[in-house]
Amino acid sequence: MPINRSRGLRAALAGAVLAAALPGASAQQQPGGAPTPGSAPAAPATTAAPAATQDRGSALYGRPESGEAAKLAPIAAPPLPAPAAKLPVDRLKVPPGFKVEVFASGVANARSLRQGDQGTVFAGTRLLDRVYAIRDTGDKREVKVIASKLHRPNGLAFHKGALYVAELSKIWRFDDIEAHLDAPPKPVLVYDDLPKDEAHGWKFIAIGPDDKLYVPVGAPGNIQMPPDTHAQIRRMNLDGSGVEVVASGVRNTVGFDWNPATKQLWFTDNGRDWVSEDIPEDELNVLREPGKQHFGFPFCHQGTFTDPEYGWGRSCADFTPPAALLGAHTAALGLRFYTGSQFPDSYRNAIFVARHGSWNRTRKLGGDVVAVKLGPDGKVASVDPFLTGFLDDNRYLGRPVDVLVAKDGSLLVSDDYNGAIYRISYQP
Amino acid sequence: MRRFLLALALMAGAAAPAPAEPLGERLAPCLACHGADGRSATPDVPSLGGQPADYLITQLYQFRENQRTAPPMNEMAAGLSDDDLRAFADEIAKLPPPRPEGAGPETALVQRARALVGRHQCNSCHGADLAGRDAIPRIRGQREDYLLKALAGYKSNARPGYDPAMNEVAQGLSEADIRDLAAFLSRS
Repeated sequence: MPINRSRGLRAALAGAVLAAALPGASAQQQPGGAPTPGSAPAAPATTAAPAATQDRGSALYGRPESGEAAKLAPIAAPPLPAPAAKLPVDRLKVPPGFKVEVFASGVANARSLRQGDQGTVFAGTRLLDRVYAIRDTGDKREVKVIASKLHRPNGLAFHKGALYVAELSKIWRFDDIEAHLDAPPKPVLVYDDLPKDEAHGWKFIAIGPDDKLYVPVGAPGNIQMPPDTHAQIRRMNLDGSGVEVVASGVRNTVGFDWNPATKQLWFTDNGRDWVSEDIPEDELNVLREPGKQHFGFPFCHQGTFTDPEYGWGRSCADFTPPAALLGAHTAALGLRFYTGSQFPDSYRNAIFVARHGSWNRTRKLGGDVVAVKLGPDGKVASVDPFLTGFLDDNRYLGRPVDVLVAKDGSLLVSDDYNGAIYRISYQP
Repeated sequence: MRRFLLALALMAGAAAPAPAEPLGERLAPCLACHGADGRSATPDVPSLGGQPADYLITQLYQFRENQRTAPPMNEMAAGLSDDDLRAFADEIAKLPPPRPEGAGPETALVQRARALVGRHQCNSCHGADLAGRDAIPRIRGQREDYLLKALAGYKSNARPGYDPAMNEVAQGLSEADIRDLAAFLSRS
């Protein structure tokens, strides 16, 4: 259980000890299964390539030229879902009194989750082209595709009967969707004034308590000076009008929700790659003054660490520090405040955060769901593992993407690696 | 002649063979174009020898779902079940890697291409020997015309990658870069 060994996972405010080195950063083979067939013929001497200047804007910009770093690369989830019998549910661990089971299988590449007023669970995808609806028909759950031919339809929002779907550069609205799951209506285009960059182009979206649609635009690469159109969170009216930037200096958020008590937006932000195995950590941030806060990218990471290239002449004190740090390269994605009544009182208004799991570390970190609890002052008091077991011997058995507090108070968790959704319930 | 007829059948838009046939027979139309020895002799059609099974599955899946358009592959894959995709991918992955095309690359090309490989970090995913792994394809020894088409397709986004990595990387490639990379990789 790497998370327990991780001193990097803590509710640290600015000023946290940067030297919280994670143990076990030893050289470890990338998962790759059997050796690639037929890689025997003499290799072209590409590893001996002269050190070339890397292009800014590339997702790989900043990577050291050789050595162990060269073994690290993002991990793509397979297009075919794991059969129900092969899901790792028996390996998953939750705190005493909680139970985890399979909610739905056969949901290939399941990513962002939303639930409709009538109980339908919707799931977006990033590598496929579709959006799913999952209906509980009593003893089994029926998974159907309600929209396809979409380009990276990762983001979903549900509001007054309509499902909002965010492609890479277009946001659509499917009206009265739950009454038309078998023959969904033609969607209405809500907004398409968005960049088409593939890097960090897929989106998480949500509609806030202010009845406005929140849409992030990620940085178009690992580390660079972003154009004015990127590295931000926008909000707009539900018809796509009245667009304003509410947060800047946001590298790539793929999850946010509003604190039920303060109505403030809390969001995850994925830190840059290639500086180090152990820094920077992903952030949990709070938007207190929409339009006035800068969260650091590309100048300052994790609230305490000025960028080796862009940080010169800057101070982290000039930017909003994170409310909590979520571990180096853990890919903290979806989050929700727990607003149900099924879980014990100590979870009321706690935040569940899905950490997809690192690729930019030799020793993998994350691949779990953590529970973030707030103190009476509204600040982060603790960050603890909640759902673990996906990481086994430095390989992923599954990768959590998003969480959803279902109407019955249980917590649903999507796993894009297996194409499955799990359900966590409390049964004391 | 048999190969030629099979290729013709493909051009005529024959659907995937019926599942009742043994796998070898079902693969025959594939290999008619892609090459039974792992090396394609058909213009614009990639060699499949040495490709990792995970990569083959993602491409077959994308063809079946029309996420990647490449006639006649979309029609060929249309009738395949998930189990078919796995079986085809596993079997095709056993083909031996193709020998490089022609003589080795000339020195000036090697220098330009190595600089490009370094700058664009090709090794990071495709491996030190560019032989691929998991869902990442082998690119060395691939047909030059296919590499040209693939890289141009990523750059224009006409070919959406399964994962967006190649669309990101290709934005920084000039037409001359693409020509150099395709020439170098096909001869390496």
